Amino acid sequence: MTSAEGTPAPSILSANRVSKSFGEIPVLFSVDFDVRPGEVHAIIGENGAGKSTLIKILSGIEQPTSGSISYDGRTTVLPPNGEAEALGIVLIHQELNLAEHLTVADSIFLGREMRKFGFLDLRQMREKARSVMDTLHVRVDPEARINMLSVADKQMVEIAKAISRDARVLIMDEPTAVLSVSETQTLFEQIRRLTARGVAVIFISHKLDEIMELADRVTVLRDGQLIATVGTEALTPDSIAQMMVGRELSNLYPPKHEPDVDAPLVLSVRNLVAPGVKDISFDLRRGEILGFAGLIGSGRTAVAEAVVGLSHRVAGSVAVNGEAVNFTEVAQSVAAGLAYMTKDRKGRGLLLNVGLQPNLTLLTLKKHMRNGFLDGRSEAKALERAVRRFDIRARDASVRVGQLSGGNQQKLMLGKTMESEPDIIIMDEPTRGIDVGTKQQIYHIIAALAAEGKSIIVISSEMQEVIGLSHRVVVMREGRMAGVLEGAEIVEAEIMRYAAGIKQSGEDERLSA
Amino acid sequence: MSVSAHETTRPSRGFRIDLKTAGPLLALILLCVFGYLLNPLFLGEGNVTNLLTRSAFIGIIAVGATFVITAGGIDLSVGSMAAFIAGMMIIVMNWAVGSMGVSVWTVLLGVGCSLILGIGAGFINGFLTTKGKIEAFIVTLGTMGIYRSLITYFADGGTLSLASPARDIYRPIYYDSILRIPIPVWVFIIVAIIGWVLMNRTAFGRYCMAIGSNEHVARYSAIKVDRIRTLTYIIQGLCVSLATIIYVPRLGSASSATGVLWELEAIAAVIIGGTMLKGGFGRIGGTVIGALILTAIGNILNLTDIISNYLNGAVQGVIIVAAVYLQRGSFRAGRKNKPAE
Repeated sequence: MTSAEGTPAPSILSANRVSKSFGEIPVLFSVDFDVRPGEVHAIIGENGAGKSTLIKILSGIEQPTSGSISYDGRTTVLPPNGEAEALGIVLIHQELNLAEHLTVADSIFLGREMRKFGFLDLRQMREKARSVMDTLHVRVDPEARINMLSVADKQMVEIAKAISRDARVLIMDEPTAVLSVSETQTLFEQIRRLTARGVAVIFISHKLDEIMELADRVTVLRDGQLIATVGTEALTPDSIAQMMVGRELSNLYPPKHEPDVDAPLVLSVRNLVAPGVKDISFDLRRGEILGFAGLIGSGRTAVAEAVVGLSHRVAGSVAVNGEAVNFTEVAQSVAAGLAYMTKDRKGRGLLLNVGLQPNLTLLTLKKHMRNGFLDGRSEAKALERAVRRFDIRARDASVRVGQLSGGNQQKLMLGKTMESEPDIIIMDEPTRGIDVGTKQQIYHIIAALAAEGKSIIVISSEMQEVIGLSHRVVVMREGRMAGVLEGAEIVEAEIMRYAAGIKQSGEDERLSA
Repeated sequence: MSVSAHETTRPSRGFRIDLKTAGPLLALILLCVFGYLLNPLFLGEGNVTNLLTRSAFIGIIAVGATFVITAGGIDLSVGSMAAFIAGMMIIVMNWAVGSMGVSVWTVLLGVGCSLILGIGAGFINGFLTTKGKIEAFIVTLGTMGIYRSLITYFADGGTLSLASPARDIYRPIYYDSILRIPIPVWVFIIVAIIGWVLMNRTAFGRYCMAIGSNEHVARYSAIKVDRIRTLTYIIQGLCVSLATIIYVPRLGSASSATGVLWELEAIAAVIIGGTMLKGGFGRIGGTVIGALILTAIGNILNLTDIISNYLNGAVQGVIIVAAVYLQRGSFRAGRKNKPAE
């Protein structure tokens, strides 16, 4: 499988005109992709561009709706459920798939344990594990328990597991998202060692500088389409960002009404420090929509949770309408007119196994009491109002919320949040995983709320959304504010530069000095 | 819009809900018919009164357990707690008889002692599970052992008996009737009604269901999760206390054998009644019926010779598993074809 200098080796794994739809929603359109032995091929694109779907198809977890996969020169159908690992295609998930209570050696041999007389041959497995770790130059004790390891070491265990399975193609989904700079460098050395042995690596990352450093070729996806596959030497971070963007704003977004310059400040956060949040300061005016952009895990949700009292604030101050506040429970922030709408509508936002009405009123049940007892009629009226206002579509009110579509769940959650009549609303990923029609409805609702004089923070990983809605945008990176953009600066390439760490604002330098 | 297409109707739905709510009641009626056919005495007034009175203990405790389980907890300590409270009541009342003679106040003192102990024990269980962040199963397994051991210690391995003058005053609480309905049954009815209202008509009940259904959602919905959880254990303790108050005059004694396995009977009553063991859905009415079913099984076996009375536990076990299977297993299959996201 080694190639002569200069001529590219034949690809080991390739996707040929692969398309994929989930139900009626297409997510990949006729994408060509290939990776050669000894090569690092990076896939980049915005959230929702189809990167994850593509690697799932390349590892057999999903089957393409049309198109084909070739492995080792032959057109094949990859087996599902990670069975492609046996063929040498290993996918390392972003959230690592390790059983926390097993040892390193147990993990490496999980599912194909070595046996002697029918019993586990622990000694041999330990030795094998150690020798695999040695070839990788990783110093992790094979007998250590997984939950005692750092995330970086866990990743190394995943890689060791892949190597011990003779992986020929290693697919990594945002492996550096949770790593520090030095850990990232160790990982990169590891990847270079693997490619030197002829392993093909497919690598997803949002960090453009890393891609420039590591990748041989880069494939850019946008909205499920293949934009380009280019050799890294022909690229600059700016040109990659440009390729990822390259799209006009449609009328998906309502026109922006700038808030008055002298509109009062309703929320002021100063030097906030909390878990995952390092020294954040920002203001929010009455009637303003403030966008929070950044990569997943950059600390945007952590800021919101620290502000409303869902997580513990270590330092800094929060003022609502000029008054210093210190919320330790959600009830307090709701009472102060500040509501947070979670991004995790299924896990944190809604009770999936009950109907619409109890969900709608759960946050504000006290409003529906008469003589200390629940007033079902008042609740039913509230639901009627919310269904009309937010266009929630359900067969009837008794249908379980878990059976609603994502869009209707999102609208119900919006209704629930608005029941508390907040003046400040923090919306975390308000349109995640919903169809474009419902998105547009939600955008118009958000704009209308701002026009009414509500103040809104929109946290979103979809840059188009942040750009289309926000009057100002805070870009976060690794728990810090990388920059604040206003007016004409709010363009995707600029946000991407801050989010990916190519550019840092002067303010940030001052703060970190 | 394409959205509405997802929410298609499933014709079987109404049927399922009906069976789910009416199932336990149907089972109880069938059991009564069966009992009557085996021995007409089963539905005689004396036997019915007896059956209801006996079901009151487990029933009252099970009403409390419904709250704990609905909010996603479990309380294994109730049987030992009942024995411990009964023992303490007797000790306190005997002491009162010895030091200041006997009067209604002696009994009231015992009742007060029971209420304080019940609420306190419930608070301890709740505090340890919420603030101590220990699983409810572990906490209540621990307190179960502690109370059981304490009653054995105070009874010195034997039996604590209530002094007979106090017993004479206390006796009517178990043996008397109002409007031909025994007092324990009245207590059961009142506890059940209050429990039903609390569960279905107050914010507290809604919060219990929300917490049991998804604790995160509850927290993000501004519900004080720890406080509500602790309250469910306090309600449980209070129910145990009430059950003990009507239990003590029945025998006038307490020993290490008092209340053995009551926790499992109470949990069984709750589950037969249609409450989900994993929390999130509670039915007080079902719990009452569950308690009646359990007591009726023992009663029927007593009245007939077909199955040995020694097999009481086996029959109860079969009924519990069958009830849960009918409520969950068969209907879950129908629920699987829910629309995709």
